[in-house]
Amino acid sequence: MGTLEQTVETEEHHGPARGITRWLYTTNHKDIGTMYLWFSLIMFLLGGCMALSIRAELFQPGLQLMAPNFFNQMTTMHGLIMVFGAVMPAFVGLANWMVPLMIGAPDMALPRMNNWSFWILPFAFSMMVSTLFMEGGAPNFGWTFYAPLSTTYAPPSVTFFIFAVHMMGISSIMGAINIIATILNLRAPGMTMMKLPLFVWTWLITAFLLIAVMPVLAGVVTMMLMDIHFGTSFFNAAGGGDPVLFQHVFWFFGHPEVYIMILPAFGIVSQIIPTFARKKLFGYASMVYATASIAFLSFIVWAHHMFTVGMPLAGELFFMFSTMLIAVPTGVKVFNWVATMFRGSMTFETPMLFALAFVVLFTIGGFSGLMLAIAPADFQYHDTYFVVAHFHYVLVPGAVFSIMAGVYYWLPKWTGNMYHEGMGKLHFWLSFIGVNITFFPMHFVGLAGMPRRIPDYALQFADFNAVASVGAFIFGLSQLLLVYNVIQCIRVKRHTTAQVWEGAEGLEWTVPSPAPYHTFAQPPLVK
Amino acid sequence: MSTQSYYVPHQSRWPILASLSLFLMAIGAGGYINSLGKEEVSGFSGFSLLIGALFLAAILVGWFRNVIKESMAGMYSDQMDKSFRWGMSWFIFSEVMFFAAFFGALFYVRNLAVPWLGGEGEKGISNMLWQGFEAQWPLMSTPDMETFPGPKEIIDPWHIPLLNTVLLLSSSVTVTLAHHALRKNKRDAIVIWLAATILLGAVFVYFQAEEYVVAYEELGLTLHAGIYGATFFILTGFHGLHVTLGTFMLLVIWVRVMRGHFNPDHHFGFEAVSWYWHFVDVVWVGLFLFVYIL
Repeated sequence: MGTLEQTVETEEHHGPARGITRWLYTTNHKDIGTMYLWFSLIMFLLGGCMALSIRAELFQPGLQLMAPNFFNQMTTMHGLIMVFGAVMPAFVGLANWMVPLMIGAPDMALPRMNNWSFWILPFAFSMMVSTLFMEGGAPNFGWTFYAPLSTTYAPPSVTFFIFAVHMMGISSIMGAINIIATILNLRAPGMTMMKLPLFVWTWLITAFLLIAVMPVLAGVVTMMLMDIHFGTSFFNAAGGGDPVLFQHVFWFFGHPEVYIMILPAFGIVSQIIPTFARKKLFGYASMVYATASIAFLSFIVWAHHMFTVGMPLAGELFFMFSTMLIAVPTGVKVFNWVATMFRGSMTFETPMLFALAFVVLFTIGGFSGLMLAIAPADFQYHDTYFVVAHFHYVLVPGAVFSIMAGVYYWLPKWTGNMYHEGMGKLHFWLSFIGVNITFFPMHFVGLAGMPRRIPDYALQFADFNAVASVGAFIFGLSQLLLVYNVIQCIRVKRHTTAQVWEGAEGLEWTVPSPAPYHTFAQPPLVK
Repeated sequence: MSTQSYYVPHQSRWPILASLSLFLMAIGAGGYINSLGKEEVSGFSGFSLLIGALFLAAILVGWFRNVIKESMAGMYSDQMDKSFRWGMSWFIFSEVMFFAAFFGALFYVRNLAVPWLGGEGEKGISNMLWQGFEAQWPLMSTPDMETFPGPKEIIDPWHIPLLNTVLLLSSSVTVTLAHHALRKNKRDAIVIWLAATILLGAVFVYFQAEEYVVAYEELGLTLHAGIYGATFFILTGFHGLHVTLGTFMLLVIWVRVMRGHFNPDHHFGFEAVSWYWHFVDVVWVGLFLFVYIL
């Protein structure tokens, strides 16, 4: 082992190791980011297949394809896989790739722990998916796993589900600690906090949310484990406990969790819109403060998920008004994005199309969220397809579209090649049309009273459900185009410049494309 | 802010092996727990849990040895030191939130759920389920005494728990004295104060175990004893596990002190453990107050 300088110098001449050990033993943020992104893509396709089996069953009333218990397993696994396997790892992958490049750091702060954070995930999800083949089937109590459905009435595989959640939690906490340490400690000289790109800011705040609430999730599944196997009565009123306690603890985790899945999306969109509008982001400081306010509010709104459990009136009112407050910082963000585009010289490449669709469709999801926030009205909407429509609008054309926007935006930087613009646009339009055909009709059947998580429905909902199922297959199949576009971009040599996009600004565009294995071994000076 | 150059470690086998052993542990624990109460306890699962745990312990030893060697070789800059500090601080924050979940559960059942069950408040209709149930805390008689027989008695806070409070608080003092001695480079004093801290921690764990035996055998205070027993054991149990872990960490530091690993300016390993120890101490004060006394 040499001195510091020698180590760095020899590192610079090192390319990646050969063979499989490159991926197993790596400490490189780019390798780990790539693995996170591929893992997330696989989970996205797997969770998508489950969604399609749900939509196939709901294509017409009556039971066609599967037994109700299997339908319940599909809704549960679809939710868990998409939240913990697809969306969260995709954002962590993007953070791994881009945060060090954006702040001028040589790597993540704790590179070995970074590897550990990633490699826990494939093991955790193998265990989770294997529950499908266990006696009694996979978890069937919904991704929110309310007690007593998940305790007294759960299949035996719930024990493995609990340990899988523990492993994901360990992974997320370590990943988040790493991101915070990187951002706080590894910025290049001159990169002050208020010069940080917005993607970095949103991830800093997201990482804080992760560290604050993933342990609470660990706590709630531990209490479940104790209730199921060791005779405690946390969620059982016969022993003085309360099933509603489960919902309080779960949603204390759950509400910050949904912002964990949207704040990095805000960051990505805030990077992309200025590039293609060829203007600086409007209201940078207000964007930072809005993100922080949303994060703060996320801790005091959790019970709006449980207006119908029988809370005291004071509770209903508090959670109603605090929830509506969130519209203020979110509105600041939407208006800032619009103001950034105002009088810009805009072009509409694939990343920009996804980002624009994000702004419009996420706002629709935000408005339906505002409707759900009104406690008396929520008594009507609760547990209907209106809720399903709401959170799919914020998660699919919200979080997922932002991930796709980010992938198209940074793919040339990762591979050194331009993707095929025409194919990218085709992917966008098919996704855009498919997503709206799938989820928009769910608002109508939901308001008309169709309950969620039921494999059959009354005849009057048939037409809209058939439409939604057609849309789901359009959306699902068009994701094969994403796979095709990514692989084509890696394989077909269409060399691109370091700058890639005419209007792009920031440190990540100063390094060559593809980004070398080691970047910023000597920190750049930011003016 | 970045200095001139930065140490990025080479490839490492530890993380993937650690993931594998976590996986073995999880599979094993799941299978083992599921087989409890059946005719045959799953031997394979128990084996997998044990092997996974042993592997993980061995890997952590190897991994930390690696880090210590790099640190001793002077490969860590001040900046790296700062990354470790941020890492440890946020890890402790995550632990705080883990305990917050259980404290939150305790406050909720005490102040809301149990009174509602007893018929208090506008929503207090749930007493129709268990007529005659009276809300009280500590909850000595549960709504369904057959399934969850409430405790006969609870732990008297002014005996073992008070003694444990004194033990743990003084251990916080001794670990600080050890830190001061380290700053002045008085090795003998460090060794003695650290040994005292470890001893206090170990005695605490012993008394805690003693308390559990009394609770189970004499007081009828068990995991099955309704919500009082559930919150009591989950809070004190996880705290006890953390004290045990902290004692092991102190032991490692003690050995490292004797091997001369630390100097007055450069001893983050020591500080990290002492932070952890203070955190465990603060949690105990919360426990003593909200679980035992109030």
